[in-house]
Amino acid sequence: MRTLRFLLRKEFRQIFRDKAIVSLIFFMPMVQLILMPLAADYEVRNINLAVVDHDKSSYSQKLISKVVASGYFRLAGYNQSFKEAFGLIESDEADLILEIPQDFERNLIREDKQKLFVAVNAINGTKANLGGAYLGSIIADFNAGIRMQLVRPPKFSTFPVIEVVASNWFNPVLNYKVFIVPGILAILVTMVGGFLSALNIVREKEIGTIEQINVTPIKKHIFILGKLIPFWVLANIVFTIGLILARFVYGIVPVGSLLVLYLFIAIYLLTVLGFGLLVSTFCDTQQQAMFIMFFFMMLFILLGGLFTSIDSMPDWAKVITRFNPVRYMIEVMRMVILKGSGLMDVLPHLGIVSLMAVVLNGWAILNYKKTN
Amino acid sequence: MMQDDQVIVCEKLTKRFGDFVATDEITFEVHKGEIFGFLGANGAGKTTAMRMLCGLSAPTSGKATIAGFDVYTQTEQIKKNIGYMSQKFSLYENLTVLENIEFFGGIYGLSDQQIKDKTNELLDRLGLKSEAKKLVASLPLGWKQKLSFSVAVLHEPKIVFLDEPTGGVDPVTRRQFWDLIYEAANRGITVFVTTHYMDEAEYCNRISIMVDGKMEVLDTPANLKSQFGVRSMDEVFYQLARSAKRGD
Repeated sequence: MRTLRFLLRKEFRQIFRDKAIVSLIFFMPMVQLILMPLAADYEVRNINLAVVDHDKSSYSQKLISKVVASGYFRLAGYNQSFKEAFGLIESDEADLILEIPQDFERNLIREDKQKLFVAVNAINGTKANLGGAYLGSIIADFNAGIRMQLVRPPKFSTFPVIEVVASNWFNPVLNYKVFIVPGILAILVTMVGGFLSALNIVREKEIGTIEQINVTPIKKHIFILGKLIPFWVLANIVFTIGLILARFVYGIVPVGSLLVLYLFIAIYLLTVLGFGLLVSTFCDTQQQAMFIMFFFMMLFILLGGLFTSIDSMPDWAKVITRFNPVRYMIEVMRMVILKGSGLMDVLPHLGIVSLMAVVLNGWAILNYKKTN
Repeated sequence: MMQDDQVIVCEKLTKRFGDFVATDEITFEVHKGEIFGFLGANGAGKTTAMRMLCGLSAPTSGKATIAGFDVYTQTEQIKKNIGYMSQKFSLYENLTVLENIEFFGGIYGLSDQQIKDKTNELLDRLGLKSEAKKLVASLPLGWKQKLSFSVAVLHEPKIVFLDEPTGGVDPVTRRQFWDLIYEAANRGITVFVTTHYMDEAEYCNRISIMVDGKMEVLDTPANLKSQFGVRSMDEVFYQLARSAKRGD
């Protein structure tokens, strides 16, 4: 225990001596937490729309202004022919073409029927799909408006109408930020802890001080603990700063208990740090450690359910996510912060992450060899 | 020679890396309080042998005990009884002189009072009082090496292993360094030292010279010189090292 005290004192001194690193540890996550949720938005806006209006009637004008007024579209061009508009797609100035045929207004009034043509530039898949869908629903809305004007609605509808009304629980206004901020915070804490721990032991290998440690009677598990605890403390501080930012910048107040949240993060961090230290014991240079961590971090994040729902992943990917600690962290963050889940609800997550912590740290201790 | 007096006993100690035999069946013993010089050209296997004796590297075959502990099974007990100063400077450059002393003292289990006393004594002896709160990185190499040695013997080990401790250090500082070594030896610490400087070899009680992983000679400097019929250790070393097949 006494040895541990000296180790911790040394680690903290070394960490806080490097002012640049300390400010990076605290400053970078803050900037990311403020910038990323604003930029990384699922909602697609600023879709560039080229309009080819062959009709030039008051109805076609109404439709166009309705589309533009929706806020999702930006008029990239008002063209005479489809060919001209297609040029805009080719030069990537437009994402969608809305072609309004001649006699749009007349046909609509007389025959109560008219076809519109929408062409989508599918190179940017998300933008194209969502843009197409938005446009579709705006036109449908426009259509409904026209019908109301032209056709008197019968007293009793001749056909039954089922209207689906969704109510969004836990995030009532479907605020994207409420959904993404806890996830991003989870990722940031993971990155800070993972990279710091992965680079630490390997750094001592590079500069040669590990030899001097290895020739002392220090116990292996004490040494690993001495590396684990400082980063655990730092990552907890980063997490706390993140929660405060979420509260004051995004107004996100955890619905559930902070105690449950901190209990989970305490164990989760042991897993992440254990993984970092394990990588560190395998590598000989900081470059190796950096690349290995980078590889796993990408996997963890992309298969963590932050940006893409795990439910819609293929089965083999779902299996991988079960071994991904980040997945459990993101889930628990959302459960506790947004839904107010209690200890019993996150117990399975807690169990799995605890098991991972034991395995990874045990492995790191075994793999750290004082005698080669 | 009394058996109890032997702090290092090696018998046919060997280390192989694949086909390469770094250290080939070396057999020798070192007595308490002795300054034992371990010479050899680059690549002769000195560092490998020393790392085995320190419990940093497991031998391939042969036997060895350090301070009575076995190099295969009791490496941690060995580590309590030795000090080690590697070829590469390995104190923490981003800690101050005081912080380094405190850390290594603490790791070796010295009490706070012991650390305090030892620190004062050490700073006095090295004349480092005014530099105590400076980062080790800012010290000149010669001072770093003296500090490194003093830290290696801080816990009064039975044996201290020094791997080319004076490489790149000026002659005056080398002389001071050897004063430190003599002081340690007088306190009963056995000194096991590798060096490339033949004037330093003369300071040793006994020296061994390794050639291609084998220990070719082992005797006092005076005996070696008369055995080879030469006047300086330089010539002894030259005659032996010339036969070496490997090197850098």
